[in-house]
Amino acid sequence: MSPTSVSMPGLWHGFSAVIRRDILLAWKRPGDVLNPLFFFAMVSTIFPLAVGPSTEQLQFSGPGVVWVAALLATLLSLNSLFLSDFEDGSLDQLVLSPQPLPLLVLGKALAHWLISGLPLVIMSPLIAITFQMPADTINIMMVTLAFGTISLSMLGSIGAALTVGLHRGTALLGLLILPLSMPILIFGARTVSLSAAEDGVAAGIYFLAAYCMLALSLAPFATAAALRISNE
Amino acid sequence: MWNWFHKLASPPHFYRISAKMIPWFAFPGAILIVYGAVSGLFVAPADYQQGDAFRIIYVHVPAAYLSMMAYMIMALSAAIGLIWRIKLAHAVAAAAAPLGAWFTFLALITGSIWGRPMWGTWWEWGDPRLTSELIMLFLYFGYMALRAAIDETVKADKASAVLALVGAVNIPIIHFSVEWWSSLHQGPTLVRAGGPAIETAMLYPLLAMIFGFTLVFGALILGRVRTEVLFRERLKHWVRVIVIPEGAGA
Amino acid sequence: MSAKSLCLLRGDRCLFRDLDFALQDGEMLVIEGPNGSGKTSLLRGIAGLLEFECGAMRWNGRALHDDYPSFRADLAWLSHRVGFKGDLTIVENLAFESGLRATDDSRMGNALARLGLARLTDLPFRSLSAGQQRRVALARMLLSRAKLWMMDEPFTNLDKAGQSLVADLIAEHLAAGGAAVVASHQYLDIDGKTRRVLLQ
Repeated sequence: MSPTSVSMPGLWHGFSAVIRRDILLAWKRPGDVLNPLFFFAMVSTIFPLAVGPSTEQLQFSGPGVVWVAALLATLLSLNSLFLSDFEDGSLDQLVLSPQPLPLLVLGKALAHWLISGLPLVIMSPLIAITFQMPADTINIMMVTLAFGTISLSMLGSIGAALTVGLHRGTALLGLLILPLSMPILIFGARTVSLSAAEDGVAAGIYFLAAYCMLALSLAPFATAAALRISNE
Repeated sequence: MWNWFHKLASPPHFYRISAKMIPWFAFPGAILIVYGAVSGLFVAPADYQQGDAFRIIYVHVPAAYLSMMAYMIMALSAAIGLIWRIKLAHAVAAAAAPLGAWFTFLALITGSIWGRPMWGTWWEWGDPRLTSELIMLFLYFGYMALRAAIDETVKADKASAVLALVGAVNIPIIHFSVEWWSSLHQGPTLVRAGGPAIETAMLYPLLAMIFGFTLVFGALILGRVRTEVLFRERLKHWVRVIVIPEGAGA
Repeated sequence: MSAKSLCLLRGDRCLFRDLDFALQDGEMLVIEGPNGSGKTSLLRGIAGLLEFECGAMRWNGRALHDDYPSFRADLAWLSHRVGFKGDLTIVENLAFESGLRATDDSRMGNALARLGLARLTDLPFRSLSAGQQRRVALARMLLSRAKLWMMDEPFTNLDKAGQSLVADLIAEHLAAGGAAVVASHQYLDIDGKTRRVLLQ
C-alpha cells in the first residue's frame, strides 16, 4: 500500500462527480425529467377547467396556480432523490466516503434542481401565457420560481432524507415539507401578484433570495444528518 | 452541578422525582386556573369594543402561547438528545408533541370562536396569527407522523429530532411570511382586548390563566414523560419491579 | 484497530455485549456466526454506519470518534448491495469512485482483466450477472488505496473460481500490509493471520 502515489480527490472533484453522475443518470432516463414537467403543465391546466375561463379569474389566479403547481411537481420529483441510492447500496458508499457528506448532498440537491427545477422555470412562461400574464410579470415570475425551486430542492432534500425507505414515504414527505415551504410559496406567489398589480416587488425578491442563500448553506447539514440516521 | 444533571437524566431517578413533582405543578396550576376563569368570566368588565365575546382570550392566549412553548421544548429537548445522547431528552420531546398539538388545536378553536362575532365567519384567512397556528398544527402532525412511521425507537428519536430542529428554525420565518401576507390585504385581525392599555382588572385574570395553564402543562408533560419512560425502559429490571407489585399475578 | 466492550441494540434486541477485538496490519478479522446473529450489524458498526450502544474503538492509536474522515479515507466497503448504478457502464461507475475517494485509475485495465471483466466494460451494469456485479465491486476495492477492507459475505454469488480469487486477493492485500474485516458464514482462513469473533 503506497498511499503517496494517489492523492485524495479535492472537494470540487467530489462535488462535481456527484452532480455529473446524477445528470448522466437523468440523461439515460428522460422520463425522470419529463414526468414532473407534465405534472406541472397538467395541474396548471386543471385549474382553469375547474374554475372557469374568464380572463379576470385567470389573471387573478395565475400566479397562485403556477406556484402551487410548481410546488407540487417539485414534491413529486423529490421522493426519488435518495431512493435509488438507498436501494442499490450507493448510499453506503456516499456515507462512507471521506468527502464531507454535506458537500455530496449539496451536489445531489443541486443536480436535482438542474434536472427538475430548472426545466420547470424554463417552461413556466408557456403556462403563464395561458393565464394571460403580462410580459413583465412573467419575468418576475421566472425569477421567483428560480429562487423558489432551488430553495425547495434544498428544503425538500431534508424531507427526502428523513423519509427514504419508509413505507408510504411520498405522502409523508409531502406532510413534512409542505408546512415548511409555506414561506417560499407565500412570497413567491404574492410577489408575482404584486408585479401584476404593478406594485413593488423588491421586498419579495429580496426575501426569496435570502431564503435561498439560507437554504443552500444550512440544509445540506440537516440533510446529511438525516441521511446518516435513515441509513442505519 | 453536572452530577445533578446526570442523575436527572437517569430514567429511574427521574421517575421517582417526577412523582413528587407533579402535585406541585398540578394543584397550584388548578387553583390559578379556577381563579383566572372565575374572575375572567364574571368579575372582569366587558370590553368596550367586543362585549363579552372577548372573554374567550382567557383560554385562547394561554393556549396559543403554550402551543409555541411546547414546540420550543420539543425542539430543545430533541437537540439535547441528539447532541448529548441523553435518552430522557428524547422521551420529553416525544411527550411534548401531542400536548403541543392539542394546545394548538385549542388555540385554533378558541381563536375561531373569538373571531366569529367580528368576522361573521368561522374562519378568516386574513388573520395572520390563526393561519400561523394552523401551519404549526401541520408541523406537529408531521413530527408525529414521522415518529409513527419509523419502527425503531432510537431511529425515530433521531430522525424526528432533526425534523423538530428544522421546524424550529423555520417557525420565525413562517410567522414573518404570514404577517407579510396578511398585511397585503389588511384583513380583519383579532384585536387586543381593551385597546392599547389593558385594564388591570382584565390583566390579572389573564396572567393567572397563563401561569395556571403553564403549570398544568408542566404537570401534564411530566405525566406523559413518565409514561414514555416506562414504555421505553419496559424490559429493564427497575420497571418490572414497579409494574409487577408483590404477589400480583403478572 | 481495537475495540473494547462494544454492545449493540437493534430494536429491542441486544445483539451482543462486551465485545472486544484487536487487529494489526497484515491481519484479517473474521466475524462468524449463524444467520441473524448480527454479523452485518457489527460490520456496519465498525465502519461507522451504525452507532454502538456502548464501547469504544481505536484506529491507528487514536479514538475513532475523533477522526472519522481519515478513517473513511482508509476504508473500502463491500456488501450485498454492491452500490453501483444499473444504467451506467462499469467504466462510468468506477470513474465516479475517483470523486469519492483516492483511487488508482491507472491500474483499472489490469484490475478488470484480472477479474475477468475486460470485455464487459461497455455494457450497462444491470445487464451483468450477479457474480459479475460482485467482481466489479472487487475491482473497486482493488483500485482504492484503502488500507482496511471490510466485506460482508464476499463469497455469495461467486463460483468456485471466483471464491478462490477473492481469497487470493485478500491474501495479497494482507501481505502488502493491509488489513481486512470479513463477515462470513463460510469458513475462511489465511494461515497465521486470522483472528476470529464469534457471534451467537
